[in-house]
Amino acid sequence: MTTNTDIKIQEIRKDFPILKTEVIYFDNAATSQRPQIVIDKLKEFMENENANINRGVYTLSEKAMIRFNESRKVIAEFIGAEEKEIVFTKNATEAFNLLAYTIKDLISKEKDEIVLSEMEHHSNLIPWQEFAKKHSFKLKFIKINSNYELDLDDAKEKITNKTAILSITQVSNVLGTINPVKELIKIAKDNKAITIIDAAQSAPNIKINVKDLNCDFLVFSSHKVLGPTGIGILYGKYEILNKLPPFNFGGGIIKNVTWENSTYIDAPERFEAGTQNVAEAIASAEAIKYLNKLRMENVEEIEKELLTYALEKLKEIKDIQIYNPGKDKSVDIISFNLKDIHCHDVASILNDYNICIRAGHHCCMPLMSKLNVAGVCRVSFSVFNTKQEIDKLIEALQKCQEVFKQ
Amino acid sequence: MTSAEMYREHILDLYKNPHNYGELKNATHKFSEFNPLCGDEITIQLIINNNKIEDIKFTGKGCAISIASASLLTDEVKGKTIEQVKNLSSENIIKMLNIPLSSVRIKCALLSLDTLKIAIEK
Repeated sequence: MTTNTDIKIQEIRKDFPILKTEVIYFDNAATSQRPQIVIDKLKEFMENENANINRGVYTLSEKAMIRFNESRKVIAEFIGAEEKEIVFTKNATEAFNLLAYTIKDLISKEKDEIVLSEMEHHSNLIPWQEFAKKHSFKLKFIKINSNYELDLDDAKEKITNKTAILSITQVSNVLGTINPVKELIKIAKDNKAITIIDAAQSAPNIKINVKDLNCDFLVFSSHKVLGPTGIGILYGKYEILNKLPPFNFGGGIIKNVTWENSTYIDAPERFEAGTQNVAEAIASAEAIKYLNKLRMENVEEIEKELLTYALEKLKEIKDIQIYNPGKDKSVDIISFNLKDIHCHDVASILNDYNICIRAGHHCCMPLMSKLNVAGVCRVSFSVFNTKQEIDKLIEALQKCQEVFKQ
Repeated sequence: MTSAEMYREHILDLYKNPHNYGELKNATHKFSEFNPLCGDEITIQLIINNNKIEDIKFTGKGCAISIASASLLTDEVKGKTIEQVKNLSSENIIKMLNIPLSSVRIKCALLSLDTLKIAIEK
């Protein structure tokens, strides 16, 4: 039975040129695909408008500057922020590193703990491990319960007045779990902790409003929201963002330079040393405009329908273990394992069907050890995936079981 | 290549019933390693006497390629000298497996050899 959503999806598919290759792309959590208009924007800028931005007196440079600034505005509005609260980085990982490198002076002396969760991606874990080693801080991890959700009681115990930073993922890239970040931020605020949200997997799937969340910082990457690689977004509440010192030093961030000393400009440009990925920033805004046109409410609806269908069908397979909290608590990311079949082998066989899934530890090695597995298979959908593709997945998984049967 | 070419019966048999799998009592040498293509890990234990591998066993979690490869390798090196082991190359492993391998899955195939070469040095 074809739903309205199925019809919407068929229309959307026309916008993604890579689908002409008939690939069944279920690895959107690793990187999303690019709509034609994003690809065209990159080409158009480089063909007709390319120049370096900042202080160019000639028209071409001024136009590029305007485009770049407009892009910052579009991206800011996508998450309910102001323009000056958006820093362009290379990717989400770099944004976390920027914070880890610059945030120490904002932390009061009596605080020496950082609270993370057991489901954090390495990019929101390893920078804090290094920070903790350097500054003799302690790391604490909010536990996951048996339903793959964060244990809120454990959170309340672990976030205390010793907590300097709470850095939490809004959506798990392995479990799909949507975390109650607004509540966690409130607990952190009551304890005067700085709050950081990893939105790498939420930005593509859920409408975000940073003022509503009330987080101090939020991070995501363009290439997961239909944009090109090379652009990460760091949101910071202006009064706190503007207190951070620069992270990368060089041209573009200065007020005045003598032989011995330099003074720096305000945020956000203070963190954008050197020539930025101008074309990619502009193409990233184009991707956001595309999502705005689709409307995030529709994106959520499509993905909910795909998630529900996939969970239903996967549960019918014998000897499968699914690591997901259920359709009401998750985005369309589903990890699973087939009994006695390693995830590499599943991914290899699925490749025969032109199905792209990710297999391994998904940059969450500690989480894998908590789940007591070497790795998991993961499917992650986008607005252009279909139920027919999910049916093919089920068929291919059954083939895996046939190949490996005792 | 298709999975049919990779998952031939000899590979699947060795995956399900690998030779030399388990703990080795009185091991003189031991080393564990992870596959950069994430999700495989292996531990190799050896008894080395007079420069020869007297006995060898392996344990670990891994895909069919890495387990089959470890099984074949451990059979191959029993009784061999350290020098002979050092001279084993990726070509030897690929030949032993006798299946086509993508550049990504070659890492699975080579995990046991890489681990063995480090283990004999320890």
